[in-house]
Amino acid sequence: MLEINNLHAKIEDKDILKGINLNVKAGEVHAIMGPNGSGKSTLASVIAGREDYEVSEGSILLNNEDLDDLAPEERAHKGVFLSFQYPVEIPGVTVTNFIKTAINESRKANGHEELPAKEMLQKIREKAELLDIDRKFLSRSLNEGFSGGEKKRNEIFQMAMLEPKLSILDETDSGLDIDALKVVANGVNKLKSHDNAVVLITHYQRLLDYIVPDFVHVLHDGKIVKSGGKELALELEEKGYDWLK
Amino acid sequence: MELKEKLVASFLAFENKVSVDTDHNVHDIRSEAFDHFEKHGFPSKKDEEWKYTSLKSVLKHDYNVFPTGESAIEFASVKKYFLHEIDSYKIVFIDGVYSSFLSETSHDGYDICLLSAALEKSKYKPVVDQFFNTIAGKNSSITSLNTAFSKEGAYIHIPKNTVVPKPIQIVHFSTGTESELLLQPRNLIVVGENSHVQIIERHQSLNSNVVLTNSVTEIFADKKAIVDYYKIQNDKKSASLIDNTYIQQQGDSHVSVNTFSFGGNLTRNNLEFFQEGEHIDSTLNGITIIGDKQLVDNHTLVMHKYPNCESHELYKGIYFDKSTGVFNGKVIVEKEAQKTNAFQQNNNILIDDGATINAKPQLEIFADDVKCSHGCTIGQLDSDALFYMRSRGIPKKEANGLLLYAFANDALEKIKIPELKTRITKLIAQKLGVDLGFDL
Repeated sequence: MLEINNLHAKIEDKDILKGINLNVKAGEVHAIMGPNGSGKSTLASVIAGREDYEVSEGSILLNNEDLDDLAPEERAHKGVFLSFQYPVEIPGVTVTNFIKTAINESRKANGHEELPAKEMLQKIREKAELLDIDRKFLSRSLNEGFSGGEKKRNEIFQMAMLEPKLSILDETDSGLDIDALKVVANGVNKLKSHDNAVVLITHYQRLLDYIVPDFVHVLHDGKIVKSGGKELALELEEKGYDWLK
Repeated sequence: MELKEKLVASFLAFENKVSVDTDHNVHDIRSEAFDHFEKHGFPSKKDEEWKYTSLKSVLKHDYNVFPTGESAIEFASVKKYFLHEIDSYKIVFIDGVYSSFLSETSHDGYDICLLSAALEKSKYKPVVDQFFNTIAGKNSSITSLNTAFSKEGAYIHIPKNTVVPKPIQIVHFSTGTESELLLQPRNLIVVGENSHVQIIERHQSLNSNVVLTNSVTEIFADKKAIVDYYKIQNDKKSASLIDNTYIQQQGDSHVSVNTFSFGGNLTRNNLEFFQEGEHIDSTLNGITIIGDKQLVDNHTLVMHKYPNCESHELYKGIYFDKSTGVFNGKVIVEKEAQKTNAFQQNNNILIDDGATINAKPQLEIFADDVKCSHGCTIGQLDSDALFYMRSRGIPKKEANGLLLYAFANDALEKIKIPELKTRITKLIAQKLGVDLGFDL
């Protein structure tokens, strides 16, 4: 599904990613771990198409299609989803209106009619229930005045609504208490299927107790320095990152 | 002939035309105002208050000062300019002349009618004598010009303890029967103690002929009165507007003026609040969205003279292309006005490199126990927010539009008539070129 080859990326002449190779197949969950400043969030942003970063070398393929020339919205239309570490507040636009706009833009881009209002409501209700989201929450302005947990839950709600092929969850566990973490993890687990893939970006092992990865990669100074199974995460928890440098 | 000379020459003819068989002292008021205008003429960029807004290009036209032709308009062709979704009173003028056909006035418990009638008939004399031209700016030559030629406009008098059950719409159409037209409407609005009224005002040109409107409105809110005033400025690019609105409030009254400036060539809003009692609330809201070479200038003044009063001022501006915005917000807190809460906020977004904003908050505080704040920002769109929305599949143009809508939103929240709020939201979506499609 996702194939990253020798990816180099920089921002304002500062090299951040220095040759990443990553292969994620449908049905898999990958965790990318690493200390602060190792390039984890940059990798997430570059896959999603953030234009502030310049890809200087290498390629990102989604289902064998090169994403290089595609705008962020075009990548979204092809099934890429990025859950933000710091979701942005948009006053005056309700959660419902925002997700409705996002879904219909994707449908339009893929040559489908807009989703009829009734089906949209049905779907919203269903996914809100899945994530234990109060209906009142949906008519609030997007992320405005939301607690950290509410923001993250709202990200996963959007993921549930958009049904992406590739979901990248950037530090989804940060700012969550254990109950909120369980709800979010439970949601992600329920959304998992053999057709989609999840990349978890996290600093701590905690999230991986609830969303169990098939592969764990350690990112350091813009490169993947070690890959392994889920037991690698436990090893990192125990020993820290220093032994890998 | 220069416009000023033309106006000077026209004044005598005008005075002869208007009815004189009344003992109102309006004749003296007009003459005095005329002398003031003749002495000072139109303001120029040398005047501090007009530093960023030049009237030069607007004044060069050969305006017809007295419209001659009477035009009829079919309601169907102008329906869209009314808030027609709800029942309302209407005072409608076509090229400065009252249109009884399009209007719906009232004398049932309150007067919603014409200034011309109020100035002529003796039964209105007490109100006219007490209020007319008492707060309109005596030092503004442009207001004096309007006063000199004051004759027609809306006259609204609500006695005490009265809630007007539906909004009043004041609409000025210009048809362009006169190729270049100067209009000078004059409104007098007197709201009695503990009464409530909502007013929507609009100036609308129906073709692309040049029109300049110099409008003066005086609003008096007695004790505990509530007045909500909405100005919809979405005129054609050939139309310019100088709006002068003066408000006097007595104790415990609440007055809000909401100005939505989306259209026109040059728009200058002079908005002045004078507080004459305690526990008064004055609210000034504005949203400006313009492009091309449009100019919108909001000049506001709030005079806090008594203790325990509040003012809330929020102006949002979005500027495309080579448009120009001016914001000059003056707040004066006099020595006696202790415990004043005065808030002023002016936020602007410049979209294109050619767009300009001149923002000047002016706080003059002479009392020591007050809470006053002001904030002025000029910025571009937040790139994090833009990326966030695009990453969810919302294309750049729509994401921009949604963000700008979000930016303007808090000034929109203050609209108390739901149908009007929907209308303004749609106008904003149109201006921003996005389909907000919010109907789920």
